Amino acid sequence: MIRTVLEPADIDRALTRIAHEILESNRGAEGLVLLGIPTRGVTLAGRLADHVSRFSGAHVTFGSLDVTMYRDDLARQPTRRPAPTRIPDGGVDGRCVVLVDDVLFSGRTVRAALDALVDQGRPSVVRLAVLVDRGHRELPIRADFVGKNLPSALSESIRVRLVDHDGVDGVTIESSASGTGPTGTAADGAGAEGTGA
Amino acid sequence: MRHLLSTRGLARDEVVDLLDVAEGMADVERREVRKLPTLRGRTVVNLFLEDSTRTRISFEAAAKRLSADVINFAAKGSSVSKGESLKDTAQTLAAMGADAVVLRHPASGAAQVLAQSGWIDAAVVNAGDGTHEHPTQALLDAFTIRRRLHGADARGRDLDSVEIAIVGDVLHSRVARSNVWLLTALGARVRLCAPATLLPIGVGGWPVETDLHLDDALAHRPDVVMMLRIQAERMDAAYFPTAREYAREWGLDDARFGRLPEATMVMHPGPMNRGLEISARAADSAASTVLEQVANGVSIRMAVLYLALAGEHGRAPEVAEVGA
Repeated sequence: MIRTVLEPADIDRALTRIAHEILESNRGAEGLVLLGIPTRGVTLAGRLADHVSRFSGAHVTFGSLDVTMYRDDLARQPTRRPAPTRIPDGGVDGRCVVLVDDVLFSGRTVRAALDALVDQGRPSVVRLAVLVDRGHRELPIRADFVGKNLPSALSESIRVRLVDHDGVDGVTIESSASGTGPTGTAADGAGAEGTGA
Repeated sequence: MRHLLSTRGLARDEVVDLLDVAEGMADVERREVRKLPTLRGRTVVNLFLEDSTRTRISFEAAAKRLSADVINFAAKGSSVSKGESLKDTAQTLAAMGADAVVLRHPASGAAQVLAQSGWIDAAVVNAGDGTHEHPTQALLDAFTIRRRLHGADARGRDLDSVEIAIVGDVLHSRVARSNVWLLTALGARVRLCAPATLLPIGVGGWPVETDLHLDDALAHRPDVVMMLRIQAERMDAAYFPTAREYAREWGLDDARFGRLPEATMVMHPGPMNRGLEISARAADSAASTVLEQVANGVSIRMAVLYLALAGEHGRAPEVAEVGA
């Protein structure tokens, strides 16, 4: 069974709100750097950077932070292909870095991202923005900005689709009782966080 | 990837994928902390049963950047000089818990033997076996060419229709062999140039053109001129009359270098015999990629060790969307 939880307009509204919240908590756009976690987090970071730049009138940069080499499950998975890390000019030293991902699940991806980030420099503050928080944390990690809290069963899989990758915007929740198995859905959907645990 | 024994039989996609992973490793060079925690707790043994400095330290640097523990094992000063067999050495390393063995060996096929022997359950990386193959050298050469041609835009690209001339002692060169298979797999056109005595028998069956004179090879205006080292240690027969004659006929001297178009890359796997196969001016020019090759060697070897060691053993690499 597949249920749509966020329509394209809902995603846009959530990102708009998060953009305002980021500006509010940072008291403006000064020193902001948005870093997306590949693959879909980077796209979301780009959209957030557009919103934040438009609302603040300042140009806010975004980049990508690959966490593959920092994961704690490398030896338990088939070899993962690392994605590029692109840090915007000016680096992260003394900046307010907002990590952006599509789904917050076990928290292990974010743990890896924090390790990857400190190897790039020393931000003054690190915050976390996610489109969906589905619960089931395995580590003491929480998001500062959440698009939608989506309490879910472990047997369900959350799938985030974005126009840039999937041709359409949307978030669906899928119980594994339906035709496609949980692994099949996870591999081409929900992002790394969904497959992690 | 369980082992890396040769470049022969590698598919284009596989190689492009490996070069892309190496691009990520090269990015680590520019960071504040030039180290990744990825292979923490893994042990890499550098088993070098033939003299080598640069390949060994390159593998050592690569393993250390990935936080692996490194054990260096050289023929000199070890039990190998007392006549210990490869089998006994391998079993000793297995008992010590080696996760990967980087093997340099004077006998062609040694890496293959080690990988298939069952003596040790470790990933085997061929770091040069006799006159057979030296796959990581070919990979770093391809990586260097791709980076020079495409810069920051190199990811995902192959070497389609790039013209490459490989010049010198092809007969004894494992670098040349690995490069022939790898570069042609990437779509490049390879031309070998050597005196007839230094071309292997059976070269007619390779996917290459051959020239007996360097001026003929250069007349085809290759994008890349790769000079091979004249290996004094393997010059056991009269392959050419004198070193001076070799330098005059097959060396990239100042005059030949001066006639090359400015964009032509000059490569050399090192160590160079300046004044023999390559002139000092060519070696130190902006066209020369010699130092880039050394730097890129570390990135390539990091990628190879990562792909051989990081994943769950015995499962096919995942090329799916996650992290793509």
